[in-house]
Amino acid sequence: MPAVQETVEQVRAIDVDQYKYGFSTDIEMELAPKGLSEDIVRYISARKNEPAWMLEWRLDAYRRWLTMREPDWARVDYPQIDFQDMYYYAAPKSNAAPKSLDEIDPAILETYKKLGIPLREQEILAGVAPENRIAVDAVFDSVSVVTTFKEELKKSGVIFSSISEALHEHPELVRKYIGSVVPTTDNYYATLNAAVFSDGSFVYIPPGVRCPMELSTYFRINEQKTGQFERTLIIADKGSYVSYLEGCTAPMRDENQLHAAVVELIAHDDAEIKYSTVQNWYPGDSQGKGGIYNFVTKRGDCRGARSKISWTQVETGSAITWKYPSCILRGDDSQGEFYSIAVSNGAQQVDSGTKMIHLGKNTRSRIISKGISAGRSQNTYRGLVSAHRRATNAKNFTNCDSLLIGNACGAHTVPYIESKTASAVFEHEATTSKVSEDQMFYCMQRGLTQEEAIALIVNGFVKDVLQQLPMEFMVEAQKLIAISLEGSVG
Amino acid sequence: MVMNAITPIRTPAEQALIGAFGALRDSRPTSAALEGLRIDGFARFEASGLPHRRVEDWKYTDLRVLMREARPLAVAPDASVLLAAKVALGRLKRVGGSRIVLVDGFHVPDLADGGALPEGVTVSDLAAAMAQRPEIAALVTGQPATRANIAFALNNAFLTDGLLIEVAPGTELGHALDLVSITSDGAPRLVTSRVVVVVGAGASAGIVETHCGPAGVEYQKNVVMQVVVHDGATLEHGRRQVEGDQALHLATLEASVGAEAHFDSLTLTTGAAVSRSQLFVRFAGEHSNVTLRGVSMLKGRQHADTALVMEHAVPHCQSRETFKHILDGEAHGVFQGKIIVQPVAQKTDGRMMSQTIMLAEGPSMDNKPELEIFADDVACAHGCTCGELDADLMFYLKARGIPHKEAEALLVEAFAREAIEDFGAGPLAVVEELREAMLTSVTDWMRARS
Amino acid sequence: MSLLEIKNLTAKLAEEDKQILNGLNLTVEKGQVAAIMGPNGSGKSTLSYVLAGREDYEVTNGEALLDGENILELSPDERAAKGLFLAFQYPIEIPGVGQMTFLKAALNAQRRKNGLDDMPTPEFMKLVNGRAKELGISQDMLRRSVNVGFSGGEKKRNEILQMALLQPKLAILDETDSGLDIDALKIVADGVNAMRSPDRGFVVITHYQRLLDYIKPDVVHVLSAGRIIKTGGPELALELEAKGYADIVGKAA
Ligand SMILES: Nc1ncnc2c1ncn2[C@@H]1O[C@H](COP(=O)(O)OP(=O)(O)OP(=O)(O)O)[C@@H](O)[C@H]1O
Ligand SMILES: [Mg+2]
Repeated sequence: MPAVQETVEQVRAIDVDQYKYGFSTDIEMELAPKGLSEDIVRYISARKNEPAWMLEWRLDAYRRWLTMREPDWARVDYPQIDFQDMYYYAAPKSNAAPKSLDEIDPAILETYKKLGIPLREQEILAGVAPENRIAVDAVFDSVSVVTTFKEELKKSGVIFSSISEALHEHPELVRKYIGSVVPTTDNYYATLNAAVFSDGSFVYIPPGVRCPMELSTYFRINEQKTGQFERTLIIADKGSYVSYLEGCTAPMRDENQLHAAVVELIAHDDAEIKYSTVQNWYPGDSQGKGGIYNFVTKRGDCRGARSKISWTQVETGSAITWKYPSCILRGDDSQGEFYSIAVSNGAQQVDSGTKMIHLGKNTRSRIISKGISAGRSQNTYRGLVSAHRRATNAKNFTNCDSLLIGNACGAHTVPYIESKTASAVFEHEATTSKVSEDQMFYCMQRGLTQEEAIALIVNGFVKDVLQQLPMEFMVEAQKLIAISLEGSVG
Repeated sequence: MVMNAITPIRTPAEQALIGAFGALRDSRPTSAALEGLRIDGFARFEASGLPHRRVEDWKYTDLRVLMREARPLAVAPDASVLLAAKVALGRLKRVGGSRIVLVDGFHVPDLADGGALPEGVTVSDLAAAMAQRPEIAALVTGQPATRANIAFALNNAFLTDGLLIEVAPGTELGHALDLVSITSDGAPRLVTSRVVVVVGAGASAGIVETHCGPAGVEYQKNVVMQVVVHDGATLEHGRRQVEGDQALHLATLEASVGAEAHFDSLTLTTGAAVSRSQLFVRFAGEHSNVTLRGVSMLKGRQHADTALVMEHAVPHCQSRETFKHILDGEAHGVFQGKIIVQPVAQKTDGRMMSQTIMLAEGPSMDNKPELEIFADDVACAHGCTCGELDADLMFYLKARGIPHKEAEALLVEAFAREAIEDFGAGPLAVVEELREAMLTSVTDWMRARS
Repeated sequence: MSLLEIKNLTAKLAEEDKQILNGLNLTVEKGQVAAIMGPNGSGKSTLSYVLAGREDYEVTNGEALLDGENILELSPDERAAKGLFLAFQYPIEIPGVGQMTFLKAALNAQRRKNGLDDMPTPEFMKLVNGRAKELGISQDMLRRSVNVGFSGGEKKRNEILQMALLQPKLAILDETDSGLDIDALKIVADGVNAMRSPDRGFVVITHYQRLLDYIKPDVVHVLSAGRIIKTGGPELALELEAKGYADIVGKAA
């Protein structure tokens, strides 16, 4: 069955307000006391047995955070967050460092299975060609519950583990790189994350190694009133390559939950990192009740010459999305890419985009952003492209298109294009339009219903970006987009 | 957080402006209508101070830094000033029909030139008109977006009188009105002026503003023009900003465009050390179109900012915004443009383009072309390019034996021409002379480089 | 029962007060090929759009029965499901939507409405490839987005490909001949002729006798100012070709 039809089937099968991943898992959890204080920061650090320098680093960030203010420049609107009314640490009780999958609470395994993410390697291996295998780091609320294929990856020298584990096994690597792309002082949420992050993934690809399989993290928020603060650190050493996927879901809850993650990527000479996200946090109901606040700082540092970092994101979930995966093009001849699809429906608010900061010579960047707004949602692309004096021959191409479905939503484009060097060539184009009536009529004349026609045309609209995703994510993303737009017409 | 509570420290310029307001209030009594505006404008300024880089709209033009001092307010020109102005005006070729002259912001009817005002055109004192005609008073008050702007607020704070230019309904002008705003030589002053232009229903008119002043003098200018183009009317508006090289020039143009009306505006910027041209244009009636264009040619350490807001508040209108920057030396160009489409403004067609050519290694250009769209049945787009002259084209021209400088000039002229060429190309061609004059300015500017 | 029966149809532009169809009557029998000719701007395309359900037009009076059922209240996809097919005078481009995806979506939409399962992909591929070959449509064209980058003639052939896949009851071909070179014209005509059958009808809108040399019409109607003003046999087309419209239009007025 072609993806479009399958999608439409799914859309039909689902009632309005029905979110496929909205179930919650009943499981015994260990929770830190509610609220935020130095003691909580110490508690988290102690729970993870962290070295003293890490605790200091956290406390520094915490003290800094106390002096900061929530940013208000984005086009998003939400009531003041009560940072004392949430839990900063929630871990499945049974998760006292499980050594093998057999020690993991079966309820958690079942949860991931339900989400379509099998964690048992045997299950994954069944019927999958070796080159299509994906290693998963599964983060459940505050902690990583398991990382698959670790042993096999080790053979090629790849380190893939939870960041807590890396702190113990490779402290020198973590210490060298953590906060080197997103400093603890970077912004309100990144600073908060630095203080209270509880887990996340760590990847190191040694020089010259092409990572033998796709790596991925699967984030799941389960507990109530819990913030998720994970931190991902990926280092691609000289001449290496890695492709990394990230997926997220959360149960349907009436309350808003905060997800404030930090992702740092470092690409050394000739290295390449491809980072793909399919973000499907619970968006809240059609009235705007509940949903995840997704306030995320993602940044890649093309530190080495000829390095390349490519971000691809499909954003369909969350009540509010606030994220700008960026590239610092420091190395000469380095390249940055940002491919984005942001779909908003219901009462969702999206303010997302990228920054391409050209510092090195002959650096190149490319931005393709496709925004789709429906319902009463507001969808903003916000981006910065800048070339510093040294960045001779820098090149950027930006294309951001917005599509509006229905007359109660908004689509906005706020690009900043700053050039301080004559030889930089920047080209930017943006369009906003609605789904063409001619195209709709043509499709319907051929027998497609209105919903099918919209799904088809929208998928055509986002095709350039979808193609950037790894195959298995592409189909998933296509479905998600159609599901997200469900109920937007007629 | 604590920072909020701290009252900002006033810069010397801010202190001087606050002082000037007080002095003006005591020395130059004015009508009640103006008094309200002045107090409101001053209160807004006092609350926010001079805009700085953390104020989003002024991100690239930090007036706290660029306007270190505020000059004393200009006073009405005396005989010797007028004589000097007359000489200077003699050298400034008219680019329209009747010339209307402001010296240091004061209207000087004696310096008018180019024959009597054409039939259907009247020029009168703004304060008097505001006192008698509520619609004029309302117009001068400004639209909300304009009122929130600090340059406009400051202009209000120092508003003592202005000029009301009216074109009677149905009038068709054969030539543009030539409005010259000249600043006198001598001790640097702060010049403010207000001009209101009302084009009656079905009329067609053109108006050309020229802003000039002495070189080497750090005078400051804050001018506001408010325009209403009534239903079925056409206005072609040109502006030459050729201020002295040390000047600071802040200009605000507010326009409201009625149904089935046309408004076409072109600004050429070559003067002033620091300048900012603000445009707040709003569609008030359906089936109208607006074209906003500009060419800025900057060299040395010149700074010029164009900040426009094009608001589609009604359905079925079309707007085009085309801005070109040609930057040399270490000049800094800024373009901030925003197209707003309100929920009711279905079938809006809006297109904005900002293009920059850098002729040296030193300049910088900041662009922020925005779309803010709340209606679904629209076609809006913006584009932005920035770079050197096309190397292939340069090579082609040189291969044909054209020397480097000349090849540059040819390409730059072609680049600028795109924005200028079809300006006011309507049946009346009232701004033909201006168009030619502007093209000549581009050529002259390129020539002066070598 | 006639395949298509249009009674006293009047239609105007939805957004303006411009009436285009003025009490049009037309009957097409099963198995019949009806040609419609008429001056530019007389309302031929409008008639086809109104029958297919395009929203730009508002029906102000009359009815159109397909197999005895009034279709004017149905949405375009419901009409398509009832077997109405329109080959557009100006086929629409849909960037990003692959030709194959589109054809499959259309075919399966129709199958599902008829209670059939989706066609298995291998069978579908075979079907499309076969038809495409007959119509001289290259593999490359099948890989591209719908109509994007197609030449005028290629777009027209693509319309016929879709018709051949969907096997409609009533096909309206709006100037399918314009833009086709001589060979393509023949190929397209062969495609149509191959589909002629006792329970299928065709409405062929054209300006030129040449197409009718290949697709022999049973009747020829002349549409002028939003009405059928004359109906005749194939010889009527020849007469029009020779004399132009002035005569009949003048008489009707
Ligand atoms: N959407 C529309 N908006 C404005 N006018 C329209 C529209 N559709 C049709 N018309 C007008 O209605 C009349 C009939 O148009 P139509 O396209 O049906 O003519 P036609 O007979 O198909 O002509 P041709 O032989 O040139 O294809 C013309 O005058 C046309 O301009
Ligand atoms: Mg036609």
